[in-house]
Amino acid sequence: MSGRRLLEVEDLNVTFATSRGDLRAVQGVSLTLDQGKTLGIVGESGSGKTVLSRAIMGLLPRASTTQTGSVRYDGTEILNAPNADLRKLWSTHIAMVFQDPMTSLNPVQRIGHQITEPLRIHLDVSKSEAKETALSLLMQVGIPSPVERYDAYPGQLSGGMRQRVMIAIALACAPRLLMADEPTTGLDVTVQAQILDLLGQLQHDRDMAMILVTHDLGVVATRTDEIIVMYAGNVVERAPTNVLFKSMAMPYTEALLESMPRIANPSHTRLTAIEGRPPDLLHPPTGCPFAPRCPYAQDKCRSEKPPLLEATPGHSYACWFPLTAGDRRPDPEPSQTVTA
Amino acid sequence: MARYIAKRLVLLIIIIIFVSIATFFLVHLLPGNPATTILGPNSTPQNVATVNKQLGLNKPLWQQYFIWIGHVFQGNLGQSFTTHQTTTSIIAQSFPIDLELIIFSQIIAFAIAFPMAMAAAKRPNRLFDQASNSTTFAMLALPPFVIAPVLVLIFAVHLHVFPGPASYVPITQDFWSNIHTMLLPSIVLALGSIVVYFRLLRNDLISTLQEDFITMARSKGLTDRRIMWRHALRPSSISLLASAGVTIGSLIAGTFIVELLLQMPGLGYQLISSVNQDDYTVVQGITLFVAVAIVLINFIFDFLFTIVDPRIARE
Repeated sequence: MSGRRLLEVEDLNVTFATSRGDLRAVQGVSLTLDQGKTLGIVGESGSGKTVLSRAIMGLLPRASTTQTGSVRYDGTEILNAPNADLRKLWSTHIAMVFQDPMTSLNPVQRIGHQITEPLRIHLDVSKSEAKETALSLLMQVGIPSPVERYDAYPGQLSGGMRQRVMIAIALACAPRLLMADEPTTGLDVTVQAQILDLLGQLQHDRDMAMILVTHDLGVVATRTDEIIVMYAGNVVERAPTNVLFKSMAMPYTEALLESMPRIANPSHTRLTAIEGRPPDLLHPPTGCPFAPRCPYAQDKCRSEKPPLLEATPGHSYACWFPLTAGDRRPDPEPSQTVTA
Repeated sequence: MARYIAKRLVLLIIIIIFVSIATFFLVHLLPGNPATTILGPNSTPQNVATVNKQLGLNKPLWQQYFIWIGHVFQGNLGQSFTTHQTTTSIIAQSFPIDLELIIFSQIIAFAIAFPMAMAAAKRPNRLFDQASNSTTFAMLALPPFVIAPVLVLIFAVHLHVFPGPASYVPITQDFWSNIHTMLLPSIVLALGSIVVYFRLLRNDLISTLQEDFITMARSKGLTDRRIMWRHALRPSSISLLASAGVTIGSLIAGTFIVELLLQMPGLGYQLISSVNQDDYTVVQGITLFVAVAIVLINFIFDFLFTIVDPRIARE
């Protein structure tokens, strides 16, 4: 079964109608995902990665957004599909693990009920069967003494435990595609690795496809098959994971990598930050959206937006002067001093 | 949970002790002397002194308090100087009226406020939401003492849909005509509650529906109806419940406006008339009863909070 095309997104655009004008949060994004594979979506806050993942799933509010393009799940078009149709997919085919485990569980319902709810609704199982499944799920996600936790309220669990509960809920109806939207941002560093390892292992056991959304290139480096780098609503680079780390082409990807603190550095090394800010999506720049912050930017970058082109099979990027073209790249301009 | 309840219970007893002291001494601040009221025009200084002695009013105030509280514990709240009815029998006759008014008015208020708030919160700022918002806002400006006479005038006096003043029949005597009589005052009292409950629930629902756990519930493939009833309603009803606790407490003897208007001998009505007659034992008895009832209702609501939101008992 592995290798079957599960998800196909083509030229997806998401525009929010705001009081100050149209905000183009996702612009012309295309991607594919095969069964059992993992796709990483990387970008800083406001890059559109969360909106993209919610748009794929169909969770965005319809009233205030315009979504165009195509999202095909297992061959069926699901973009702008009626909610009643989407509800049949949610939980049983596509499920999501949300960003913040502290706020994403219902505070006044017992853990057990929150896990059995999708089971009872979608799979038509009896109360006792649902409870059995829930207990086994709690065990699988590594929650100690599941029988007691089953009757606990979310407030009685730590953040890491709550995220495990969220994963248990998402996995309850054995989905084929798991969307993990920054599943570890709210957690302690020690817990982050545990949760990511758990997700990887469960994905492997169940031959599930996964989309891992994160701002941390380190998270996706060892856990994904392919990576999409997003900036200001655009895909700026897309490549198989090993190719990306070997020959990244887009200065933004490089900047993301360099902004990660390194353990080998001596202590008190100043953290590298990407200077400037992401562009205002209400008034995007005419050229490359990253040009204002790019150390290699030239006049062409500021006036013309580079298209996303496939340079080598599987590796595409949107850049006029890619890093891989070595000799053609000018030396970076001396970086400005950081204020603030 | 048990700790939370125990803590509330201790607090409850302390509050009741303070309430009894406050009731006793505040009533003694009332102007007028009961002896002169009892004796009427025949009061001479000697007579007054004798009556004061009979009633124990010549003793120091703190002694009077302990005598009174001792009687209260034996279920004796004293008797009226004017009608010679015992205070307990006055309460027993009039409290059912208040109880009925409270129950009916709250049922009406909940039955209207809940669906209205849910419908409004489902589509905020759309037609229904805006219409119900502005209607309730306008009604906030109309206190019950304005609404009550107007509705009585329209529905009882002119349209004869409901019986007019002084037509109260106990529920034990004639069930249907009792209900019929109770409807108008219950509606009047319900209006005030509807406005408050609707606005609280609507606002809380709208903010709850924007919570992450609602998006999470949607992603589980639940219907909007189920999300509203099972996921949004309970965490949104805390402020409504708190307000209902206060409203119900204040309605005990707080119904006197409709009671006076419709000449129904409820607790509020009795309290006002005994104040007017300087009938201080009755005033004291009813006040104590009402205060204890309010404290008890608050205790019940403290308990209800923990059912609606289990986080409260853990705090």
